[in-house]
Amino acid sequence: MTVTPILQAKGLMKRYGTVVAMNGCDFELMPGEIIAVIGDNGAGKSTLIKALSGAVIPDHGEILLDGKPVHFRSPDDARALGIETVYQNLAMSPALSIADNMFLGREWRAPGIMGSVLRKLDHARMQKFAREKLNELGLMTIQDITQPVETLSGGQRQGVAVARAAAFGSKVVILDEPTAALGVKESRRVLELIRDVRARGIPIILISHNMPHVFEVADRIHIHRLGRRLCVIRPQDYSMSDAVAFMTGAKLPEGVTEPA
Amino acid sequence: MASEDAPTKTISDYEAALNKADSAVATFEKDDKTLVHKLRNFLRRNPTMIPALVLILSILIFGLIQPRFLGMGALSTVLKQVTVTGFIALAQTLIILTAGIDLSVGAILVVSSLVMANLAVFSGVPVVVAIAIGIALGGVMGAVNGLLVTLMRLPPFIVTLGTLSIFEALKLWYSRSESVRNVDIEANAPGLLIFGQGFNISGASISYGGITLILLAALLWYVLNHTAWGRHVHAIGDDPDAALLSGINVNRTLVSVYTVAGLICGFAAWIAIGRVGSVSPIAFSDVNLASITAVVIGGTSLFGGRGSIIGSVLGAMIVGVFITGLSLAGVDDYWQKFAAGCLVIIAVSLDQWLRRASQ
Repeated sequence: MTVTPILQAKGLMKRYGTVVAMNGCDFELMPGEIIAVIGDNGAGKSTLIKALSGAVIPDHGEILLDGKPVHFRSPDDARALGIETVYQNLAMSPALSIADNMFLGREWRAPGIMGSVLRKLDHARMQKFAREKLNELGLMTIQDITQPVETLSGGQRQGVAVARAAAFGSKVVILDEPTAALGVKESRRVLELIRDVRARGIPIILISHNMPHVFEVADRIHIHRLGRRLCVIRPQDYSMSDAVAFMTGAKLPEGVTEPA
Repeated sequence: MASEDAPTKTISDYEAALNKADSAVATFEKDDKTLVHKLRNFLRRNPTMIPALVLILSILIFGLIQPRFLGMGALSTVLKQVTVTGFIALAQTLIILTAGIDLSVGAILVVSSLVMANLAVFSGVPVVVAIAIGIALGGVMGAVNGLLVTLMRLPPFIVTLGTLSIFEALKLWYSRSESVRNVDIEANAPGLLIFGQGFNISGASISYGGITLILLAALLWYVLNHTAWGRHVHAIGDDPDAALLSGINVNRTLVSVYTVAGLICGFAAWIAIGRVGSVSPIAFSDVNLASITAVVIGGTSLFGGRGSIIGSVLGAMIVGVFITGLSLAGVDDYWQKFAAGCLVIIAVSLDQWLRRASQ
C-alpha cells in the first residue's frame, strides 16, 4: 500500500472479565475518506471506537496515527492529537450557549493581563470563531450564537456537535450514531453535513445502524463481527442485504473464512 | 452482488422520494412568536430580572402600606439583616449551580467563628492570624465535603447532612458549649468586629459587611461568567457526563467549588462576629435553610446549571424585605415565615416553567 492510513489499529485485544470485546481487531482509515463501521449489537464495534478515541485502553495491539504509534490514556490525549469524537448523547451542556459549548473544556482567554491574571475569557473572539465554523458548514441559519443549546432541535444540536468536531478535529472526526435520534428530514441534513466535513479534507469514521445512511455516504464499509474485522467492502460492490448477511454471519464474503 | 439488487433499489427509491421533500431542514427559526414565548426567552436569558422585579415590587407594595418603609433607613436595615445570610447564600449558589446542596454551611460558619474568637480572645493569637486560621478551617471543611462527594461518589445531600452533624458536634466540643462575650472581644480582639461598623449617608446606615457582600457578589459574578472555571461549574451542574466528555476535570472542579464555598463561609464567620458582636455556639441555626431559600428565590435552579449569583443576594433581600415589611405592618411572626414559604414555592414553579420551555 502506498498511502499511509491516517489512523490504523493492529491486533487490538480487549477483555472485560471473561467477555472478549475485541479479539485481534484491525482497522484502517485512509486520508479523506468516510469509513462506516457496522456490526451487530455486541460485536465490539463500540469498544473499537472507544479505543480509537481514547476512552478505552486496549490490552494488546497498537494504534498508529499517521504511521506513528500512539498511546491514548484518556479522550483528552486523543483530542490533543486531533481526533474529535461526536458522542451519541452529543456531550453538550443544554443551558450554555452554542459558543460556550463549542469551546467547553478548551476556552480561549483574553489577551494581556485580563487573560493571564484575571483569567478573563475572550467571549467575542470565541463567538466569532463559532459563527465562522457554523457558517462554513452552512448552519448559519442560527441567528444567535449566544442562544442556549436547549433551544435547538435535535438536528440543530447534532449540527453544532459536528461543527465543533470539525472545527477542532484536525486529523479525524468520529461520529457515533449521528442520525439515531433524528427524524428523517433532520437525518438528511446531517448526512450532507458529514459530506461537507469530508469535502474539507477531514476523514470520518461513522458508526451507524442505519444501512441506507451508511450506503449513501460511506466510501468503504468496515464490517465488524465477533470482536474483529470481518471484511471491508465498497458500497458499490454489495447490496445492503449482503452487508446485513455478513454482519449477522448468514453469509460470508468471498475469500474470508469465519473465525472460530 | 450487484448494486441493482431489489432491496437496495426500493430503499434508493425511498431516498429519491425523500430528496423531493423539503430540504431546508436545519433552519433555525425563532420560536418566540407569542408574547409569552418572548417573555419566557427573555427571563431565561436574564435570570436576575425576576428577583430584581420582585424586589422592587415588594418594596413598593410595602411602601404603600407603610410609607416609612420607602426611606433609606428601612432599606439599609434590611441589608444589614441579610448580610450574613447573603454571604452564606453566595456559597450555597456555587454548590447549587453544580446540582449539589450544602446543608453544612451554617455549621462551618459557626465553627470558624468560634475558632477565630477563641484563638484571638483567649489564646492570645494575633487577630489577623486567628482570622486567617478561621477562614482556612472553613476551606478545609468545605474540601472535606467536596472530597466525600467526588471520591466516595455520595450524593451531596447525604454528605453534607452527615458533616452537618459532625461539625455541630465539633463546635460544641471545641467551645465546651460556651459563648465568647462581646465585652471580651471588644477588650482583646476589636479587629474581629470591624465588619459590624459602618457609616451613615442621608439616613442610611451602611455596614462594611453589607458593602463587602456586594463586592464579593460582583467578584463571583465575574468568575462565573467570564472565566473558564465558571463555565465549567455551570456545565457540570447541567450535565456532568457531557462535561466529562468535553474534557473538563469534573472531580477537581467539584472539590474546588466545595472548598471555595467553605472559604466563603469562613469569611462570613468574621462578618457574623461583627454583625452580632459576640459568638455563640448555638447561633445561626437557621442560616442553612435561609440560604437555600435565598438562592431559590434568586432564580437559581436546584437542578443545577443555571442561576445567578446576583439573584441570590436579591433573593436574600426579598426575604428580608418581606420580614421587615410585614413586621412594620404589624403582622405576626408566623405569617412572615408563611410568606417566605410561599415565595420559595412560587420561585421553584417559575423555574420549572422555564425548564419545560426548553423541551
